[in-house]
Amino acid sequence: MTATRVRVSSRRGWVRPAKTFDVIYRWIFACSLTDRPVPVATTWEPGARACEDVMSGTHDSMPDRLAHVLGWASLTLGAMQLAAPRAVARISGVDDSPAARVAIPLAGSRQLLHAATLLHGRDHAPGLWSRLAGDAVDVTSLTGALVGRTGTRRRRIAAVTAGVIAVTAVDAYAALRIRRARGRAADTAERELRAAITVKRPREEVYRFWHDFENFPRFMAHVDSVRMSDGQTHWRVRGPATKAVEWDAEIIDDRPGELIAWRSTGGSLVPNSGVVRFTDAPGGRGTEVRVQLCYHMPAGRLGGALAKLTGEHPEQQVRDDLRRFKQVMETGEVVRSEGSPEGTRALRQAFQRRAQPVA
Amino acid sequence: MKANCWMGRNTVEVRDVPDPKILNSRDAIVRITSTAICGSDLHLLDGYVLTMKKGDILGHEFMGEVVEVGPSVSNLRVGDRVVVPFPIACGNCSACEHEMFSLCENSNPNAGLAEKFMGHAPAGIFGYSHMLGGYPGGQAEYARVPFADIGPIKIENELPDEKVLFLSDILPTGWMGAEMCDIKPGDVIAVWGAGPVGQFAVASAYLMGAERVISIDRLPYRLKIAERAGAETIDYEDVDVQEALLDITAGRGPDACIDAVGMEAHHPNPAMYAYDRTKQATRMETDRPYALREAIMACRNGGTVSVIGAYAGFVDKFPVGTFMNRSLTLRSGQCHVQRYLKPLLRRIENGDIDPSFVITHRLPLRDAPRGYDMFKNKVDDCNKVVLSA
Repeated sequence: MTATRVRVSSRRGWVRPAKTFDVIYRWIFACSLTDRPVPVATTWEPGARACEDVMSGTHDSMPDRLAHVLGWASLTLGAMQLAAPRAVARISGVDDSPAARVAIPLAGSRQLLHAATLLHGRDHAPGLWSRLAGDAVDVTSLTGALVGRTGTRRRRIAAVTAGVIAVTAVDAYAALRIRRARGRAADTAERELRAAITVKRPREEVYRFWHDFENFPRFMAHVDSVRMSDGQTHWRVRGPATKAVEWDAEIIDDRPGELIAWRSTGGSLVPNSGVVRFTDAPGGRGTEVRVQLCYHMPAGRLGGALAKLTGEHPEQQVRDDLRRFKQVMETGEVVRSEGSPEGTRALRQAFQRRAQPVA
Repeated sequence: MKANCWMGRNTVEVRDVPDPKILNSRDAIVRITSTAICGSDLHLLDGYVLTMKKGDILGHEFMGEVVEVGPSVSNLRVGDRVVVPFPIACGNCSACEHEMFSLCENSNPNAGLAEKFMGHAPAGIFGYSHMLGGYPGGQAEYARVPFADIGPIKIENELPDEKVLFLSDILPTGWMGAEMCDIKPGDVIAVWGAGPVGQFAVASAYLMGAERVISIDRLPYRLKIAERAGAETIDYEDVDVQEALLDITAGRGPDACIDAVGMEAHHPNPAMYAYDRTKQATRMETDRPYALREAIMACRNGGTVSVIGAYAGFVDKFPVGTFMNRSLTLRSGQCHVQRYLKPLLRRIENGDIDPSFVITHRLPLRDAPRGYDMFKNKVDDCNKVVLSA
């Protein structure tokens, strides 16, 4: 009965699943906007990575594979619960309960959310933990359903409960294993970021401007000063809490018109290394500037999340700096508006001044 | 100085604000003599454009007298009379080099914000949200004009403000709308929206050699002004637009259609209107695309649909099937005003066109809120409001 109702081309039957998929699709689309891995351009030499890939040797891929299997399981179960709630109720032995008619489709939607989190994106931990929370809800309601039922229904509920408990164990195993791997990686958590921009100036000129490191404060919002003395540069940078951080860096590679690579030296608080490459943009559109940076995120993951919220994340900073670099190269200076009087800056974009003259 | 500020949905207020200062070496400060309220300002008033902030100065159509120039501006002097184009453009980037001034890659310091909504960022615009730069607008006594060495055009004769003010936006916008139609002799052009931009599109299409131009709206007084520019008219509340156009073109459909309406279109069928109005009010779509849908359906096979009405975000029920299967071309853009300033000024000087025919109301700047009210609610047959200091 239930199954045929969906297949019959009555208006109600078709409209409902379509709506559901619409919502899921939008949700997946929204995720893809925020969590997309940066594609690797073919012109980036793979051998010249800015940092050693700390993950490649020790990365534990087993929980990722497991998370995928669990994601597909969630998708299948969720689809069944939404499309044929009565059949699911019958199999689970709760077809006599009016509450189940509401609870099963709800659980189905939840499963689809798990599936979307697990099958999309690269971080599976949130999906696994949310599955665990869902498992707890399921086990609780199933044990509740055992009370007062006898015969076939009781046996079915017991079997389903046992199944859910087994799956819970798998979820917990995968989630804990990811967590353990994270703990190991946290000590050496170096991150790499890439950013690129096209500047409508000849390659030689762009290289020369960048090579004069004392120009950096003109377009790097956080850099107070860079001083040069025989192959060494001394950086003074404003930290998140307006405290100045200083370090020395050395040039490790310098090919005129092509690339500049550097590395911080000594016991820097913010160990970092990077390479900037200059290539001709096709069609006479100037120069493609690509920056790869390897850095140690102070205060680890939490610090990273905080920095992202306040617009002080290194990735945002580098993007902003490149935009300002383009402005300086092309127009002669950093472009200011009354809403963003300091010029392009992620933090300012989140907290704009009103568009009135600066007093 | 006094300036007309956006104070929230449906509220504008003339307030005392600080005088503008030079922030970049290529800036100029202009004492504004005339400024206008644009149809697209109503989208801001109605709250459909994201990233507005309470206190933002509105206005992107203005002209006046240069009172201060930055050290890098060599082509303007204090005392020069200038009209300022609404898109801010640096003149140095790839986009500017290709005369795509409203896509300037450097004039929007908040490009990162715009990229989140639009994928890539367009140029900064005066008084038009923080996503488009966070620049104060020109409904004020003074304004700072960035890249003053590139944008503003000097008016060196005695033409009154009213004849040249609209070079800042609506005249070139209407012109570009017609230009994107690639008009050939014998072409029939349909223009949705008989507001000032639609009226200029009608006049421009004739200047470019169109055979017949049809203006579509629901407000008889606006259709009358379009008629004065030479258009045949369709009141969509009286007749079915599709049928009327088939009749006029003997079944072919217009060779090109211009959407000069944008995101707050109306529909004669209350149910259809309620459908998109509700979706817009609940932010399930940001724009009501009746004019765009209709233009696409009406256009002849292989024809061009030119979109100059302002859209903000996302629409649904976009007739992509007819668009694809009938080989239509969709062209659009915020006007690249700087590209058209000189040729259009020449046409005004020649007497080819006198843009002041769209003006119905002249108010002092302090009455800007009343101007917005009359313009929005079509009080007293309001077609275009010009504010002066």
